Amino acid sequence: MQKKFKIEVDCANCAAKIETAIKALPGVKNASVSFMAQKLLLEADDDKFDAVLKDAVKTAKKVEPDFEIEL
Amino acid sequence: MTKKQKKTLKRIIAAAVLTVLLALLFHFVELPWFVQLVLWLVPYLVIGHDVLRKAFMGIKNGEVFDENFLMAVATVGAIGCGEYAEGVAVMLFYQIGELFQSYAVGKSRSSITALMDIRPDSANLEAGDGSVSVVDPDDVPIGATIVVKPGEKIPLDGVVLTGESTLNTAALTGESRPRTVRPGDEVISGCVNADGVLRIRTTKIYGESTVAKILDLVENSSLKKAPVENFITKFARCYTPAVCIGALVLAVVPPLLLGNWLDWLMRALTFLVISCPCALVISIPLTFFGGIGGASKCGILVKGGNYLEALSKTGVAVFDKTGTLTKGVFKVTHTTPADGVTEADLLESAALAESFSNHPISKSLREACPGLDAKRASDAQEIAGHGVKTQVDGRTVLAGNARLMESEHIDYTAAEGAGTIVYVARDGQFLGSILISDEEKPTARTAMQGLQAQGVRTVMLTGDAPAVAELVAKDLGIDEVHAGLLPADKVAWVEKLLAQKPEKKELAFVGDGINDAPVLMRADIGIAMGALGSDAAIEAADIVLMDDDPAKISLAMRISRKCMRIVYQNIVFALAVKALCLILTALGITNMWWGVFADVGVMVLAVLNATRMLNVKEYQ
Repeated sequence: MQKKFKIEVDCANCAAKIETAIKALPGVKNASVSFMAQKLLLEADDDKFDAVLKDAVKTAKKVEPDFEIEL
Repeated sequence: MTKKQKKTLKRIIAAAVLTVLLALLFHFVELPWFVQLVLWLVPYLVIGHDVLRKAFMGIKNGEVFDENFLMAVATVGAIGCGEYAEGVAVMLFYQIGELFQSYAVGKSRSSITALMDIRPDSANLEAGDGSVSVVDPDDVPIGATIVVKPGEKIPLDGVVLTGESTLNTAALTGESRPRTVRPGDEVISGCVNADGVLRIRTTKIYGESTVAKILDLVENSSLKKAPVENFITKFARCYTPAVCIGALVLAVVPPLLLGNWLDWLMRALTFLVISCPCALVISIPLTFFGGIGGASKCGILVKGGNYLEALSKTGVAVFDKTGTLTKGVFKVTHTTPADGVTEADLLESAALAESFSNHPISKSLREACPGLDAKRASDAQEIAGHGVKTQVDGRTVLAGNARLMESEHIDYTAAEGAGTIVYVARDGQFLGSILISDEEKPTARTAMQGLQAQGVRTVMLTGDAPAVAELVAKDLGIDEVHAGLLPADKVAWVEKLLAQKPEKKELAFVGDGINDAPVLMRADIGIAMGALGSDAAIEAADIVLMDDDPAKISLAMRISRKCMRIVYQNIVFALAVKALCLILTALGITNMWWGVFADVGVMVLAVLNATRMLNVKEYQ
């Protein structure tokens, strides 16, 4: 399953760092963070999606405390 | 400006005023160092507290080499060396740069969004009793009736129930070609209703409507990153630690040999200021986003930065013929009446004879002489592979190919031309021949010239007869043509061309997106044309042209090349300035002020350069 979320990131480098960090998480098949569109794309297995998403948000906040997401 | 930006601006102003006051104070008054330090710490903390906090959080989370860390170490280091003013000023300039960056990016994002201002704000929903209420387009179900007044955007795809009007498709296609709609016609969301009031029965929900699909496509295009963008991200990850190690070496090794620790430490701290990769990391996605936004304003939808980069490297452009280079509409282009026969008589006889057929050829004959009474024709008999035999006004009319004339023993004069030739005879007597052909699109020739001028080889693949194909190719100036192909042959040819193409060059296939989905997928870049209202084409292609103008392809290529030019300019410029500043700093020629320029100044210039992509007027 692939889902897109509206997010808020302050700088381009932070977006790149968040992307790298989320991609490295277990269960994440693909992830892309667009600083320009302020969007996050997350791909993971259907049954694990919610858990993976929770993990991803936690990781993102850790990398960039100002990270905001609309779920 | 957003709330966050306004807050930062206030902090910048406050810190700047304090800095100037302190500088003046210490110019006139001599104070002990700890008093100076405490006083300088006030503006420093006003401007830098968030950077220090983030740097601390970063270290805690194992994310060491980020720009917050670099700035924190550099400025704390500078203050530690007794360079109080420098430390405060570097932090101040860094924050000004950050504010400018976030403002510029926000600005270009909103101007790109404005370029794509096709989102309908509301829909006028008509209830069963005829009352109209204004609702969110998301709340309109399929099969509902909506009212669109003049000047309003059509919010959802649907069919006209009542009313007649002209629609302006400029927002979708980049060109205003007014379209007249009447009851029963399908209408596409995003078009602007120019004059009459329309009542429309919706056929799709908002999320499935054309306008929502286009917006979704453009907004998500930045999630598909170009190789160069990924490269820079990776590069930034190695570059920053490398410069930090360089700084450490600079701070320790030379002073061990030469002494003068403080001076070398300042040089090392300047390294840290320079090492921030922001200019690259921000300007490249911004350029791509601007390119995609500018292209969509021209009716060219690019599904990702990766396709924009590929497009700029196109070496071979392969075209489908019918519907892509030609209009795909058959028309009577030439008539050759036999001696003593008028042109009108010839056409009329042929049109009446063919009046029962739905073949495109028959339709074009009927279109050539409108207003005929079909009742004059009867007993139509279709002779497969030959033509038709029909009674017209009680006389036997034959209309078909040369084989029909031969089998009916008609003494006919053979004709030649690019297209289909219809021979006509009445009661055994030859009336003449009619040439029916597909018209070339008016911009096809200039489009081919535009591509060739950019060094692109043009190839045409078609299912048509070789003679027709050759003629069209010659007329349009196409380099290579392969005719008489079945759909499967087209895939085979594209694969052959893919194998032949020069290294590092890409192959683009341009088709109408309906019959050639497999070829569109196989090519490096699949371009679908005339996609307005065709979901299949939008799905299958990488680049979608909303209208069917071939000139848009060379335009798209020009946009992509400009985009890549700006990307490379920014990469070279940023790296060159930073490298130069690093060398000069190591030699002790420049100081921290130059470091701030190498970081913030370069970023500002790179962002300004990237915003050139938004200049849409230049393309039109």
